[in-house]
Amino acid sequence: MQPDLTMRNGESIPAHLIPVLDFESLRTFLVGEMRGGGRLAALFGLPPSPGTGGAVRLLAVVARDGAGILRPVVSEACDRYPALTPDLPQAHLFERELSEQFGVTPVGHPRLKPVRYHAPGTLNPAAPAAPRPLPADTDFFRVEGDEVHEVAVGPIHAGVIEPGHFRFQCHGETVFHLEIALGFQHRGIEASLEGGLLGPLAAGGQGFGRIPHFMATAAGDTTIGHTLAWCRIMESLSGTTVPERAGLFRLIALELERLANHTGDLGALAGDVAYLPTMSFCGRLRGDFLNMTALLCGNRFGRGLVVPGGVAFDADPARLAELRGRFESTFRDVEGAADLLFETPSVRARFEHTGEITRETATALGLVGPAARACGIARDVRVDHPFGAYRRLAARAASWPSGDVYARAFVRRQEIRESARLIRAALDLLSGLPGGDIRHGDAASWPRPLAPESLAVSLVEGWRGEICHVALTDEDGRVMRYKMVDPSFHNWEGLAMALRGRAISDFPLCNKSFNLSYCGHDL
Amino acid sequence: MTARALSVVLPLLMAPLAFAVIHRVKARFAGRQGKPLMQIYRDIRKCLGKGATLSRTTTWLFRAGPTINLAATLAALSFVPLGGLPAAVSFPGDIFVFAYLLAMGRFFTIMAALDTGSSFEGMGASREAVYSCLAEPMLFLALLALARHSGDLSLSGMLAAVSAGSWLTGAPVLALVTVALFLILLAENCRVPFDDPTTHLELTMIHEVMVLDHGGPDFAFIEYAQTLKLWIFAAVATSLLLPAASGSLVWDALWGLAGVFAAAAAVGVTESVMARLRLTRVPPLLAAAGAFAALALILVGG
Repeated sequence: MQPDLTMRNGESIPAHLIPVLDFESLRTFLVGEMRGGGRLAALFGLPPSPGTGGAVRLLAVVARDGAGILRPVVSEACDRYPALTPDLPQAHLFERELSEQFGVTPVGHPRLKPVRYHAPGTLNPAAPAAPRPLPADTDFFRVEGDEVHEVAVGPIHAGVIEPGHFRFQCHGETVFHLEIALGFQHRGIEASLEGGLLGPLAAGGQGFGRIPHFMATAAGDTTIGHTLAWCRIMESLSGTTVPERAGLFRLIALELERLANHTGDLGALAGDVAYLPTMSFCGRLRGDFLNMTALLCGNRFGRGLVVPGGVAFDADPARLAELRGRFESTFRDVEGAADLLFETPSVRARFEHTGEITRETATALGLVGPAARACGIARDVRVDHPFGAYRRLAARAASWPSGDVYARAFVRRQEIRESARLIRAALDLLSGLPGGDIRHGDAASWPRPLAPESLAVSLVEGWRGEICHVALTDEDGRVMRYKMVDPSFHNWEGLAMALRGRAISDFPLCNKSFNLSYCGHDL
Repeated sequence: MTARALSVVLPLLMAPLAFAVIHRVKARFAGRQGKPLMQIYRDIRKCLGKGATLSRTTTWLFRAGPTINLAATLAALSFVPLGGLPAAVSFPGDIFVFAYLLAMGRFFTIMAALDTGSSFEGMGASREAVYSCLAEPMLFLALLALARHSGDLSLSGMLAAVSAGSWLTGAPVLALVTVALFLILLAENCRVPFDDPTTHLELTMIHEVMVLDHGGPDFAFIEYAQTLKLWIFAAVATSLLLPAASGSLVWDALWGLAGVFAAAAAVGVTESVMARLRLTRVPPLLAAAGAFAALALILVGG
């Protein structure tokens, strides 16, 4: 049977329409989709319904970027199944996660280790109980030999950064293999979201309880991105349309977040190669962009700005003029700082050919965001699966073919320009929309009842790449499964591959060029 | 006698200040105020007043490393003249003692790093050993060119032979040697583009990663020896470029000091306008320094 159900970004469909495949058809379907330019946006388990003995079903969401469609499929129920990873490298971390969360065994998975080191089977009440492993307590891949040595870095680092453990197998200065063990920041967000408005997160709170807070801090530097993805799920399941004015504010907030982080990244890349001027300038300019978000909502990371139904804060013409003025002057400075970086020969020499990954590797691993675009894959949710105001203000995807640190830096530089163009266009449109609602219904009308037995998928292009949220409701309209995929989840393996056969001294620079989130991965 | 004492006492007192000049220049380039000039003295004093935590896996080597390094650097300093001030000690052939005193300091720093058994420090020690193996012959080539130029085998003698007049006759030789010495200065003192003294990223470090486990007085010794080493190379390089000529001891001393601080400022400017090399590109740049020195040797020989 060849499933033919397709849906669009932000759409919700009745759950009974999702094609159910046996494992052989699932494998054939997924492998075929990947060959045809599809990509695994999410693959996760569905909690077993009572009385099924703990058998778990898999839900896969395939994104066809060229066609702008999503194809969800569900597997038959199982407690073990033949692993997809051997045929489908991008399923590798998803299957490890599935095994850890539900106690399901993907038979034949080449690297079946914990992902977040929480107690196994937390999302499956029927899973056999097992003790919680210590973080990073696992069999690390080892290269044997007299001249091979192992370098362990982290989880406590020299800088003020998040915890993660990196294990290098080295021969002199050359890295044979890098294994990354995360999970130190696991907070159990997905488990808390189960049960939706009746779940533990909402208990005792007003409205959505603690859920907005968890969305804002799923990855602290992607507050707008994750909050927006969640709000769009809520709107989709409650059949709400967002006012145009709110859509424009959302676009501005998302692009300001991108500008702040890309600018900060260029500065950090400059700092890693000891190039002081751009490092110092960008450090300040990143703060200026954050302050612009604060001008809109009072919080530098945009917490509380995006709410289900629209945005929580309006801006009068005076405030918009202030924003425009600050934006233009800051953007001019960013252009100067970036020009300085890219026109300095010693910087280019350091960036070029460092941490190269091929387009084939990037495709096989299903990389997203700037990391994928730096391998010549023009993959951008704003372009491929446009949502909200991006339907009106078409974004252009950046790309650069070389796959090295230079490409990842240069893609950011291109995206800074594109974000500036979008923000200017949105501000122009806003000045032509003097009034109007910024939220569908007042705050008291939320939370609204959600469509029962429905599936909603929301993709948002955060600054780090595709953020994918998927929600499935039960017959009472409660969220029975909420899945969040941070772009870092796809991309960490890309960093490991970028180091293979390269110099260990290039690791910090490569790491900075990906700049992935630890807490977004650990959730 | 006073002059000889001054050429050692002045560096002992003012070497950290030259470091502070580098910091200040870099801060200004970055649009920052920069930390107070005297901060480095306070840091050294603070470290001297602290206790040290020692790993149980270390032996006496770990404690001895910083002390021997400081002692060797101090001894090397006594061969270095400052401006018109003669060096405290000088004899024919002292350039070899001078170079190998520096090498001895480095050897014990490397041994102390290996003594920790840490993979970071081992990596740093291996890098330091490789790059110093490359830098040392370049230093000798540069000194040999000077020895041929002056006909003197003592450091004081070969530097004293350089006057403003010798730039008229032997400008190519002196210029090549000065450039070579400046590159060696950057390499030996782990400055950009060879190393990044301010980074916190252990995996990219050369020198700094070797001293990660040292604390308290040991670390104060390391820091202080580092400032002295910069002074040594700055004094040698600038006495070529800006030979003292006034004949008055006071003015020559001041001229020498100005030269050292100018060299520190030049290091600061270099660090502010360029990025660091990737590690595999370090040997070619050291080879370039060697090529300059070798060319000088050929020119002066012909």
